[in-house]
Amino acid sequence: MSLLEVSGLTVALPPGGDRPNAVEGIDLTLDAGEILCVVGESGSGKSMTANATMRLLAPGLAVRSGSIRFDGRDLLRLPEEEMRRLRGARLAMIFQEPMTALNPLMRVGDQIAEALRVHGAGNDAARRVPELLEAVNLPDPRAIARSHPFRLSGGQRQRVMIAMALALEPALLIADEPTTALDVTTQKQILTLIREIQQRRGTGVMFITHDFGVVAEIADRVAVMQRGRIVEQGPAAQVLNRPEHPYTRALIAAVPQGHAAARPARSVSTETILQLSGVRKTYHRAGGWFGKGVAVPAVADADLVLHRGETLGVVGESGSGKSTLARCVIRLVTPEQGEILFGGTDLRPLSRNAWMPYRRQIQMVFQDPFASLNPRRTVGEAIAEGPITHGVPRDTALAKARELLSLVQLPPEAMNRYPHEFSGGQRQRIGIARALAMEPQLLIADEPVSALDVSVQAQVLALLTDLRERLGLTMLFITHDLRVAAEICDRVAVMQRGRIVEQGPTEQVFRSPRHPYTKALLDSVPGRGWVPPVAHGIDLAKSE
Amino acid sequence: MSAFLRRFARNRGAVVGAVLLVLVIGMALFAPLLFPGSPWDMAGAPFQPPGEDGMLLGTDSLGRDVAAGIAYGAQVSLIVGAVSTAVALLIGVALGAVAGYLGGWADDAIMRFTEFFQTIPSFVLAILLVAIFTPSIASIIVAIAVVSWPPVTRVVRAEFLSLRNREFVQAAEVLGKRPLAIVLTDILPNALSPIIVLASLMTATAILLESSLSFLGLGDPNMMSWGFLIGSGRSVIRLAWWMSVFPGLAIFLTVLALNLVGEGLSDALNPRLRKRGAAH
Repeated sequence: MSLLEVSGLTVALPPGGDRPNAVEGIDLTLDAGEILCVVGESGSGKSMTANATMRLLAPGLAVRSGSIRFDGRDLLRLPEEEMRRLRGARLAMIFQEPMTALNPLMRVGDQIAEALRVHGAGNDAARRVPELLEAVNLPDPRAIARSHPFRLSGGQRQRVMIAMALALEPALLIADEPTTALDVTTQKQILTLIREIQQRRGTGVMFITHDFGVVAEIADRVAVMQRGRIVEQGPAAQVLNRPEHPYTRALIAAVPQGHAAARPARSVSTETILQLSGVRKTYHRAGGWFGKGVAVPAVADADLVLHRGETLGVVGESGSGKSTLARCVIRLVTPEQGEILFGGTDLRPLSRNAWMPYRRQIQMVFQDPFASLNPRRTVGEAIAEGPITHGVPRDTALAKARELLSLVQLPPEAMNRYPHEFSGGQRQRIGIARALAMEPQLLIADEPVSALDVSVQAQVLALLTDLRERLGLTMLFITHDLRVAAEICDRVAVMQRGRIVEQGPTEQVFRSPRHPYTKALLDSVPGRGWVPPVAHGIDLAKSE
Repeated sequence: MSAFLRRFARNRGAVVGAVLLVLVIGMALFAPLLFPGSPWDMAGAPFQPPGEDGMLLGTDSLGRDVAAGIAYGAQVSLIVGAVSTAVALLIGVALGAVAGYLGGWADDAIMRFTEFFQTIPSFVLAILLVAIFTPSIASIIVAIAVVSWPPVTRVVRAEFLSLRNREFVQAAEVLGKRPLAIVLTDILPNALSPIIVLASLMTATAILLESSLSFLGLGDPNMMSWGFLIGSGRSVIRLAWWMSVFPGLAIFLTVLALNLVGEGLSDALNPRLRKRGAAH
C-alpha cells in the first residue's frame, strides 16, 4: 500500500472562474522514501492539489469528489480534530516564501518548540531544537534558535521552515515551490538538503515546482499538470527524456538550454555604443538617533563595454547590484562616481533636461508585467505616450503604436483595451512595444522574462531575439537565470556583491569560468546534468 | 461604470445613505419653493408643538417655522461641507503629493508641518479662527478647511510613496515625462479611490463642525443653520423639545448618510478588500 493515494480528486472553482474545476480527476500515488514532483505552469492546479491534501483549501473551494488516502485513511473524511493531530505530526508542509511563513515576532527556536508542544512533545524541545537546526545544516544552531526571522537570510529561513516541518518526523512532506524565492546557489543547497533528509528518514515528499531543471535535480517520479488535469505521470528518467504527451514535450522544449555552444556566434560590429568605467553607487541607510548609518555599495567600480548590435548579459544573484547598474545607465538611479559614455557623451553629469534627447535612444523593459503598465491607461495610449511627450503628433504616434502591436504579435484591437485584460506574457509584449515606440538604439531589459511561465518565457525570448535582428538593437540584458542568459546573450558579465567579477563571450564564460563565483553559479544551475531531449535527442538522464 | 454601481448597490446601507443624501440635497435646493419667504420671519404663534397651526414641525420661541429653518439650514450645511472639503482636499492633496513624490527633506518639512496642525485640538483651532475673522460663511469654511486637511496629506503621501516606486512610474520617467505630468497622469489617478472615500467622510465631519460652531453662536448671522436652531432651542428644551430634536435629527441623518455612502464607495472602489478570503 502506498503512503499517499489520491484518486479522482476534483476541486470546484467558484462560479465565474475560467474553468469549472480547479483540479479534475487527479490520480496520484506516493510511496515512502520517494520524491514525487508535480510540475505545471501557473494556474495548472498543482498547489491546489497540495493544499487539498493538507485540507488547507481557501474558503469557497470545495472538494467535489474523490479521495485522498493517507496510511489507509481518507483525509477528506476525517473529523477536523483528527486532521489537526495529523498536520505537523504526520503530514508537514513547507511554503514558497519563508519570510511570510514564519512569525516575524517570535524567535525561530520558539517557533520550532511550539510545533513540538502542539503535538505533546514540548518537554524535549530544549534538546530537540538545536538538534533539528543542526540537521538542516545551519551553523551555530544555538545562536540561530535565539534569532528572529528577519535576522536570517532567505536560505536560512527556508532551512528553519524545513527543520520545523521535520520536527515530528512526518511520514509525508509537501513542499510547495520551496526554492522559487531563493537564489540559485541557495536553491542547490536546499534541494540537496531535502534529498538528504528524505533519504535518511524515508520520508515521502510531494514536491511542487514549475522548473524542469529542479525536477531533473530531485525527482524520482514526475506528474505533469495542465489546466487542472494530470496529463502525464511516470518515472523521472522517462518523463524527462521520453515525454509522451504533447504538452510535456512543449514544456520541455521551452526550457532554456543553458548551453551557449549550440547557438552560432553572431557577427557584431566593433563600434562602441556604451562604455561604463568606474561606475559606483552606494546606498546609505540612515542610522536613526543612535548608532551610525550603514553604507551599502550596490555597484562598485563597474566597467563595461557594449558594441553596436550586441547583447550583453549581466547575471548575478539578488542583491548583486545588476538592476542598480541598469538603472544607473538609464538614470533611474544617479551614480555618484564614474563615467557612462553613450556614443561618446558622458551621461552621468547631465541635467534632467540635457538627458531628454537620450530618453529616446535608451529605453527599458521592466520585470513585472503586472506593475509596469499604468492600470488606468489604455494600451494604445501607453505605447504612444513616449513619442507624444517628445513632440510627435498624436495621430502619428497612435498609428505607430498600432504597427508596433502587430510587431509584437498582438491584435490591433488591443489598442483600446486596458492592461488588466491581458495575460502576463501579453503585457510584457506591450511593455516591449512601449520601449520600441521611442525607436531606441539601446534597450535595457531588466529580468524581462523572470515573472513569466516557461512556455511564455520562450515566446518572449524568441520575440526579443527576432526584434534585435530586425531592428539592429543593442541590448543590456539583466537576468538571474544563467540558462536564459546563455540563450540570448553574446557576452555576459557576472556580478557579485556590486562588483563585476568576470566578463567575456558567453560560450567562454560558461564553458571555462575563471572566477570561483562564476563556477559556483554554473554548478548551481538546476538540472545541469540533464540535456532536454527535444533539442538533442540524447539520453543523459541524471541518475542519482 | 455599471460594474462600479453594481458593487456599490451590493452594500444596502450605502444605498440607504445615497437616498437620504439625495433627499437632503433636494430639500436644500427646493427650500425657497417649499417655504417661500425668509426662515427668520414669524410664521405663527410661538411655542407651537409639531402639527398644530399648520406648522409641520412646530414653531420656535419667536414663532419661526422649524421646518423652514431645517430646509434652509440644509443649504448652509451642504455648502459648508462641500466647499470646505474641496478646499481641504486642495491643500491636502497638493502637500501630500509633494511630500510623497519628492521624499527627502521636502517630505520631512511637510510632515512636521502637518503634525504641528494635528497636535492642536481641531475644534479649538476652528473656534479661534472663526472668532478672529468674525463669523461669516467664508470664515467658517476657511476654518474648517484649515483644521481638516492633515489627514488628507497623510493618506495622499502614503499612496504616493507606494505608487512612486511602481514600475509604471519608472517607465514614465524613462519615457522622459516631466514630474508634474507623471504626478497628474500616472500617480494621482491611481491614488483616487482612498481620496474619494476620505472626502465623503470629511464632508460629514465638516457638517458636524459647522453645526457645533453655530451652536456656540459662531455661525453666519445671516444664514439659518442646524446648529443655530439647536442652540436657540437649548434653553427651552423641556418646554419645546421639537426645537432641538428635529434639527438634531437632520444632522444625525445627514452625517449617517455620508458615512454610509463613504463606506459603500470604499467597498465599490476596493473590491478586493471585500472579497477577502475568496479564491484567488
